[in-house]
Amino acid sequence: MTTDTAVGRFGRYGGRYVPETLVPALLELEEAYAKAQKDASFGEEVTRVLREYVGRPTTLTPAHRLTEAWGGAQVWLKREDLAHTGAHKINNTVGQVLLARRMGKKRIIAETGAGQHGVATATACALFGLPCEVFMGALDVERQALNVFRMRALGAVVRPVESGSRTLKDAMNEAMRVWVSQVQDTYYVIGSAAGPHPYPTIVRDFQSVIGREIRAQTLATIGRLPDAIIACVGGGSNAIGALHPFIPDTAVRLVGVEAAGHGLESGQHGASLTLGTEGVLHGSRSLVLQDEHGQIQEAHSISAGLDYPGVGPELAHLAKTGRMEVRTATDDDALAAFYEVARTEGILPALETSHAFAAARSLARDMGKGKHLVINCSGRGDKDVATISARGVPPATGVKS
Amino acid sequence: MSAELDKAFARAKARGEGALVAYAMAGDPDLPRSVDVFAAMVEGGADVLEIGVAFSDPIADGPVIQAASERALKAGATLRRVLDEVVPEVRRRCPETPLVIMTYVNVVMAMGEERYAKLARERGIVGTILPDLPPEESAGIRAAFDKEGVDLVPLCAPTTPPARAEAIARDARGFVYCVSVAGVTGMRAELPPDLSQRLDLVKRAASVPVVAGFGISNAETARPLVAHADGVVVGSALVKAAHADGPAAAKQLCADIKRGLKR
Repeated sequence: MTTDTAVGRFGRYGGRYVPETLVPALLELEEAYAKAQKDASFGEEVTRVLREYVGRPTTLTPAHRLTEAWGGAQVWLKREDLAHTGAHKINNTVGQVLLARRMGKKRIIAETGAGQHGVATATACALFGLPCEVFMGALDVERQALNVFRMRALGAVVRPVESGSRTLKDAMNEAMRVWVSQVQDTYYVIGSAAGPHPYPTIVRDFQSVIGREIRAQTLATIGRLPDAIIACVGGGSNAIGALHPFIPDTAVRLVGVEAAGHGLESGQHGASLTLGTEGVLHGSRSLVLQDEHGQIQEAHSISAGLDYPGVGPELAHLAKTGRMEVRTATDDDALAAFYEVARTEGILPALETSHAFAAARSLARDMGKGKHLVINCSGRGDKDVATISARGVPPATGVKS
Repeated sequence: MSAELDKAFARAKARGEGALVAYAMAGDPDLPRSVDVFAAMVEGGADVLEIGVAFSDPIADGPVIQAASERALKAGATLRRVLDEVVPEVRRRCPETPLVIMTYVNVVMAMGEERYAKLARERGIVGTILPDLPPEESAGIRAAFDKEGVDLVPLCAPTTPPARAEAIARDARGFVYCVSVAGVTGMRAELPPDLSQRLDLVKRAASVPVVAGFGISNAETARPLVAHADGVVVGSALVKAAHADGPAAAKQLCADIKRGLKR
């Protein structure tokens, strides 16, 4: 089974809905990427940088205590939190910045929500010596001070975006507007498997290293493929990266977890696969949170990385065709999962990843013993400590006070 | 192409003028008062009205129109209300002026392209501009519009290669909207030097009128273009004038630009 149905399409979803000014740039990118894919030296260079610099392959950690606590499937953690810069985002930015350099582009722009993609882009730009500007919603600039500092320390310019909801979607609008104005010499590194064709394909391909490693690692450790893989979904780059290589393996359950925010019924969430309707946002047709008049609604999640009213078109297709199961976790579920994972496995997961953990517990129990469940641990939680600690830290476990 | 658009461009030509396609945002500052702005622009000499319908995420627009979108959304402007409350009233007050809607593809898709085309025709809309719908994605929507006789006006950009520009022009409905600068809507101090050549190329291939838009804000920026285009689109400058000083200011600016469009 393949999800590509036409060039740039995943079933009904995908496409290239952008101003005409950008179309030639997207055609140029499509062609450059196709050439790069055929050039073995490009793939080798990406692989080399991922190995020598990013620290790939990341480990597949058996989560013994979570497995015991949940009393179901054997739980494994794919440790993208151990990749350089602390999340999976670097897999894609290394690939795209190398592609930009190959295309002779002189500068890089990017958008970021939680700041992880911004940090990863700034890092790749520092590594390859390209100037970098990152557009970030003004609200996210306030919420993610650590990542703003990291980007600036890496030499990038952070441009706060004041329009709209002052979050990720507005940062993406602004990055597109700036790209339209400077399209000749500027490369736009999109961080989610969203946006106009060919971005959803490019981002998915660079992130698929996660799933390919899961495949090799499970074959080596358990002698077969896992029974299920679960990942959180905002725009969906870590999810499509972990899940895509398993699409043809129909015995492997693919599970995506969206942000239910204050609850699906509250209207304040980021659950575009669950409650979104078909629409066009940021250049592709997918499932989006919108009102009956086609106005995009503001998403909400405790995690800035899931606070996005759209989702990548390939994930929309996988969800609609039933190949991927979609679950949700609220802000409170994610916070509870954060502490459970911290205190059971000694890992502080990102709030995004905490959503995957929150939904994994019941999945592991449903699956039962003798089955194997891989949780994609998409990033580490350091960037979220201010948000989390503001709500107070539960008392220490097993220590008499 | 719509007979109304045809006539409007022919009238301007017969007077020895380039046509002025004047844009304002429906619902800015509110629905009734935006009707006054449209009517004032026609009094000032606008030949075609471009009625903006706000979208929450307008990626092709600069700060002036972005801000106008936000005001219009706050005032309750939706495509449905614009078609029901703004368009018929503008039509009543300016019966000779062809009306074109400009919005984003998601707004039309949310209503349903067939339903939109039918309603638009019934209310007197002759064309529609969707800046985020390039030719590759437009076949279905264009067929729905063709069926109702609503022209889907295509855009051509400075980055569009010549062969592609010619194909867009040959296949156009209504008029060809040539985007003058690589960028978003908004006023510019000067326009690119190769704009006249690009307009000439599109004009040679097109069977419908060709207009230049983006960055044109006054008689001076409009004047050099009349030798190469059938007209100009002015948006941000009019939106800004109407927002700051009301309909009379938009009328005044239209009259000023029309002076620049005399051949």
